[in-house]
Amino acid sequence: MRVNFTVNGRRQEADDVWEGESLLYVLRERLGLPGSKNACEQGECGSCTVRLDGVPVCACLVAAGQAEGREVVTVEGLADYARQRAEHGGCATGSCGTFLQDTRGRAAQGQDSQTGEGTELAPIQQAFIDAGAVQCGFCTPGLLVAADEMLEHNPNPTDADIREALSGNLCRCTGYEKIMDAVRLAAARQGEAV
Amino acid sequence: MPTNGAPTKITQGSRTKGGIGESTLRPDGTLKVTGEFAYSSDMWHEDMLWGQILRSTVAHAEIVSIDTSEALATAGVYAVMTYDDLPTEVKNYGLEIQDTPVLAHGKVRHHGEPVAIVAADHPETARRAAAKIKVDYRELPVITDEASATAPDAILVHEGRDDHHSGHVPHPNIVHRQPIVRGDASRAAGRADVIVRGEYTFGMQDQAFLGPESGLAVPDEDGGVHLYVATQWLHSDLRQIAPVLGLPESKVRMTLSGVGGAFGGREDLSMQIHACLLALRTGKPVKIVYNRFESFFGHVHRHPAKLYYEHGATRDGRLTHVRCRIVLDGGAYASASPAVVGNASSLSIGPYVVEDVDIEAVALYTNNPPCGAMRGFGAVQACFAYEAQMDKLAAELDMDPVALRQLNAMEQGTIMPTGQPVDSPAPVAELLRRVKAMALPPERQWESSEGADVRQLPGGLSNTTHGEGVVRGIGYAVGIKNVGFSEGFDDYSTAKVRMEVVGGEPVATVHTAMAEVGQGGVTVHAQIARSELGVTQVTIHPADTQVGSAGSTSASRQTYVTGGAVKNSCELVREKVLEIGRRKYGSYHPAWATAELLLEGGKVVTDGGEVLTDLADLLEGESVEVEAEWRHRPTEPFDLRTGQGNGHVQYSFAAHRAVVEVDTELGLVKVIELACAQDVGKALNPLSVIGQIQGGTTQGLGVAVMEEIVVDPKTAKVRNPSFTDYLIPTILDTPTIPVDVLELADDHAPYGLRGIGEAPTLSSTPAVLAAIRNATGLALDRTPVRPEHLTGTA
Repeated sequence: MRVNFTVNGRRQEADDVWEGESLLYVLRERLGLPGSKNACEQGECGSCTVRLDGVPVCACLVAAGQAEGREVVTVEGLADYARQRAEHGGCATGSCGTFLQDTRGRAAQGQDSQTGEGTELAPIQQAFIDAGAVQCGFCTPGLLVAADEMLEHNPNPTDADIREALSGNLCRCTGYEKIMDAVRLAAARQGEAV
Repeated sequence: MPTNGAPTKITQGSRTKGGIGESTLRPDGTLKVTGEFAYSSDMWHEDMLWGQILRSTVAHAEIVSIDTSEALATAGVYAVMTYDDLPTEVKNYGLEIQDTPVLAHGKVRHHGEPVAIVAADHPETARRAAAKIKVDYRELPVITDEASATAPDAILVHEGRDDHHSGHVPHPNIVHRQPIVRGDASRAAGRADVIVRGEYTFGMQDQAFLGPESGLAVPDEDGGVHLYVATQWLHSDLRQIAPVLGLPESKVRMTLSGVGGAFGGREDLSMQIHACLLALRTGKPVKIVYNRFESFFGHVHRHPAKLYYEHGATRDGRLTHVRCRIVLDGGAYASASPAVVGNASSLSIGPYVVEDVDIEAVALYTNNPPCGAMRGFGAVQACFAYEAQMDKLAAELDMDPVALRQLNAMEQGTIMPTGQPVDSPAPVAELLRRVKAMALPPERQWESSEGADVRQLPGGLSNTTHGEGVVRGIGYAVGIKNVGFSEGFDDYSTAKVRMEVVGGEPVATVHTAMAEVGQGGVTVHAQIARSELGVTQVTIHPADTQVGSAGSTSASRQTYVTGGAVKNSCELVREKVLEIGRRKYGSYHPAWATAELLLEGGKVVTDGGEVLTDLADLLEGESVEVEAEWRHRPTEPFDLRTGQGNGHVQYSFAAHRAVVEVDTELGLVKVIELACAQDVGKALNPLSVIGQIQGGTTQGLGVAVMEEIVVDPKTAKVRNPSFTDYLIPTILDTPTIPVDVLELADDHAPYGLRGIGEAPTLSSTPAVLAAIRNATGLALDRTPVRPEHLTGTA
């Protein structure tokens, strides 16, 4: 079958999709967007968390056909998404993804191809780096999408709020302490910026 | 009350590209947060096929027949291979003993053993084709424990063993046995005023790294193959893969892909040979990615263990002797079992002074899942038992458990049960003092003006209690872990370092085969190069087999050994750079001949601080490159009868204090805080050090209260191969983990550093168990603890 949907503001068309394929498989293997991760493929780990019409979901549990005509934001589009949200004064409705269309083609400036340094990052992405919340990094994309979504509707979370919001995302390396720090840091920076 | 997120105590790394001792941020951090970092499961190649493994549905059986015809006839299938299709006489592999069939031959020995492999144009086609392969099994009785393994009429898991351990083991179903005898435990027992005994059970833990086993094999034009894979040791893989393929090692090129965690679970091969076989058979690139279900069958686990201990002490609390016997279940194949036995036995009494010991550790061959390396490697199981014994002894003596430990704590100069002196700082008593001195978390944190915040209580949002039936407990533990490969292994590493001018600036390139699995080795290598060579720009070359072996990313060894190799190669590069300087400029300034010269800030300076030249000028038109091996101090094997020998390179120590709250009615545990104090020798990157300690602590927490692969004792089949049924700690299960880092240099190690990755995984588990015992008054002789163990309903 053919599936048409929008990913990170760009219209995508996937052909010859087998009906049993997940949204995760189509993103990773057909659209060249492997940032969403495949740690369990059974909806338990959150590493494939993407936003589907603004709602965080496990892409491994969404049949590809269910994405037809809908808006998907993955970790690859998170920086653009966050910037547009900031430019539009914040958007907590889940429809923010449409803003992405007006910014396609923005060139990454001075990016180091080996390390990616110089890439424009979302505040939550920068906070994960700064706080040491990234080790192997396999949980990171899902956590970033989940944490960014939480901060969108709860800009000043308590520790208990953070833990509750991220309880669907497993991490095996960090013991979560630096992830807590990263989210606290992103929230604080967000607060300072307002 | 929870406070709003004003982050006053957040440690942030430094964006400056710093040298050793600075919390420089990861060079791969940006790629990892943008989703661009290429993990092994992200590999993609035009025209690639997907590989699938068919695994045994039973644990122990003869294979009567395999019919692949229907699978082969499936549209989209390019190849189906069984044992009969293997290209050479080498059909087995293994880390130490080559006892593991690439594909089952006539027999399967554990649930999930690979039987056949399929390549097809879509992963689902490959899965369905594999399901069409008909395997006729004739089931055999299963060997599942020591009694069934060593019974007089026991079936041998491996007939006709001739490996180097087979001659000294008491039974062919014992992989390896290591006794350690020192002093006279029987006589010393006569001096004991108090003797405590215990029998402990340690459950089977899974590494549960998040990035599944995966990789891409691409056939090369010269008949060889290029494998992109996630592993812990490229050269060890290469040594095992090439003979099975019938290729010289030079035709099997390996490049490390992004590794989504390892924790020991990637020391053994998983999909490597299968992908290469299918690629060479079909002439097309083949990708294999396990799903989580398959991952539980695709790698070894931590050895479950039975541990039998006797401790004696005088009335004043001095240990008189320890007798212990540790029985590790190695499962169907040897993997790292012999080395795990060596660790379990040599570290079996913990960081204490005991002159009279009688120790034995064995690993069994059974039909349970194969077990091998996992963070802590034999020392974890022992620590759980000896720390339970220390608490039992303290109770018997009516002593404070920390004071008893401190009274018997080893220190620099203590002789290990192996006869090896501990010749670097061993601040065991001090670590206990520090962890005990940390402020305790406030009581009844769940109380708020709006009533109980159930998120702070055992059971959490299940809303099972508002505080009634909840009791608090506190427990302590300390452990000792060896660093590096032991028992005479040639544990070297190689580093190639180049220095040249790029764009008018001196740049160092560091090339090693070290597997970066998340620990931050790449960060530290760049820091070392900056400190040694006085440059800012350091390029870390991708890890591959075009450079010599870096050894394994395990045994807490990479910063020590490959870090040591990078330091050594940098020093050799520096010498060559200075030679060029002397040649070019020696006649202009006498300091070139007379002064101690350093490379700092992109310049050559004297030890007095005088600048002699810019490195950019000195290296104009020149480049300097050195590839060199580096070794730590040699070790010796343990004597097979007495266990004596200088077997270890270095020791690492951590202590934990656990604070738990237990809902005694429902048997639910909430760990409130898990504080750690650890000596790291020298923190090359403090932010990463703390990350390692917190991560290791959390894995210890997991096996204390939730993590266990459950194997049916009647069938030896795995009952919970999923993240639905095998639980690892979530962010809700994990408490705050305050860390106190001590830096007492080990003069034998580069920069005085100590390998740090594993020690925090040891003492975390027994500290949590001690806290639960403290809260409930229950004996609790197994881990993990489940609700039924706390409510008397087990």
